Amino acid sequence: MTKEVSAGMNVIVDTGCANLASVKFAVERLGYQVTITDNIELIQQADKVILPGVGSAKHAMANINAKNLVSVLQKLTQPVLGFCLGMQLMTESSTEGNKSSTEGKSDGLVPCLNLIPTKVEPLKSQGNRLPHMGWNTLRKISDHPVLKGISEGDYFYFVHSFAAPISEYTIASCEYGSTFSAAIAKDNFIGCQFHPERSSALGSKIIQNFLELGPQELANL
Amino acid sequence: MLARRIIPCLDVKDGKVVKGIQFRNHEIIGDIVPLAQKYAEAGADELVFYDITASSDGRVVDKSWVSRIAEVIDIPFCVAGGIKSAADAKEILMMGADKISINSPALQDPELITRLADIFGQQCIVVGIDSFYNKEANAGKGEYQVYQFTGDEKRTQQTGWTTFDWIEKVVSLGAGEIVLNCMNQDGVRQGYDIVQLKQARAVCNVPLIASGGAGTMEHFSDVYQQADVDGALAASVFHKGVIAIKELKNYLKAQRIEVRPC
Repeated sequence: MTKEVSAGMNVIVDTGCANLASVKFAVERLGYQVTITDNIELIQQADKVILPGVGSAKHAMANINAKNLVSVLQKLTQPVLGFCLGMQLMTESSTEGNKSSTEGKSDGLVPCLNLIPTKVEPLKSQGNRLPHMGWNTLRKISDHPVLKGISEGDYFYFVHSFAAPISEYTIASCEYGSTFSAAIAKDNFIGCQFHPERSSALGSKIIQNFLELGPQELANL
Repeated sequence: MLARRIIPCLDVKDGKVVKGIQFRNHEIIGDIVPLAQKYAEAGADELVFYDITASSDGRVVDKSWVSRIAEVIDIPFCVAGGIKSAADAKEILMMGADKISINSPALQDPELITRLADIFGQQCIVVGIDSFYNKEANAGKGEYQVYQFTGDEKRTQQTGWTTFDWIEKVVSLGAGEIVLNCMNQDGVRQGYDIVQLKQARAVCNVPLIASGGAGTMEHFSDVYQQADVDGALAASVFHKGVIAIKELKNYLKAQRIEVRPC
């Protein structure tokens, strides 16, 4: 096995969201150890950092602020992988407030971590039902190392109503009424709109690719 | 394209998968973890675990099996049964479930749906609806009516809601998905209730899952093509090996229905 490549510590940032256990189990199924933490030093020293999230951007950013993690996350230089809301938190801002899920509309702009310069907006589903929930296919996949072994037409599990538009940071796209970013990346920061931890063997492949990234692989992109 | 989902449903009692015979005499089918794993590997798109322990007598129910499932499976799963509060929902979600489904508690306290959606996000709040077609109702014209406490024969009772009004209500309160269990069809394996599901579809703008009546592969293609549901839930046809998921997906693909390959 290639576990030695990632012999250092992997951490999952405790964003206070509910799906931390699933993410931890997904990493452990691959044979790696991982710690769920909001400890600043542990996060700074980690080899790989995973930023999970479900729920609303406003709740999650409030948690991250309360834990004094904003600048900590912004200064990370090791590879960081965001899942779903975790990806959305990597952008400049999200229009997903927490007013009430019943209104179906945003109630203002939530400033996010601004690690990848794009903005999360309501998914333009063109009449398709929301949330966009279920297995959908990836399109236009770049040769980013985290997507190694993933092909156009492969299915991943999505659950969301907001999305990042297509931009220069898009490394894979998906279509649901309109085309949006299924994955984005800039430097050491990578985010997936889908849930790799719930996307069967191909989702595990992405997590494995991330955990096996060598120190220089992202620098050479 | 977004694939239509195939969702095996497992009844859980005291941490074991069981099969009920007329609500009683539950027969143990097997251990929950290997069964969950078997379905995930067979190509199920999602699993629903219905905890029938929970609905009885209010005692503290051991939910540690949720965590054991989350450890081994790599597809989404939903837990139904016995979730009456935000604290209950949090416990299940923290153990690794992707969604929770509420049914009777939503009828007791509809605002619970909104509270749960606001805390955990709309995407993980499923509302289960048990709907019975009463042909005598509505002055003999017939009506789909919502029932509650259907897990316990002695307590099962009609509510004041018609099915389609209740669907609209729960969607407006923040439900992220509806599972419509058509009671007249349940366990009969004569096909999903297409007529009812089509009407439900017309008033439901969140994902809609059909439940009750699956007996053959044609029943699945019918419900996707005719009622435009997002997913179809079934239990006995999968547990008894009447339909293999891989074979079902190949069949649906040949019918030009979008499915995720196994």
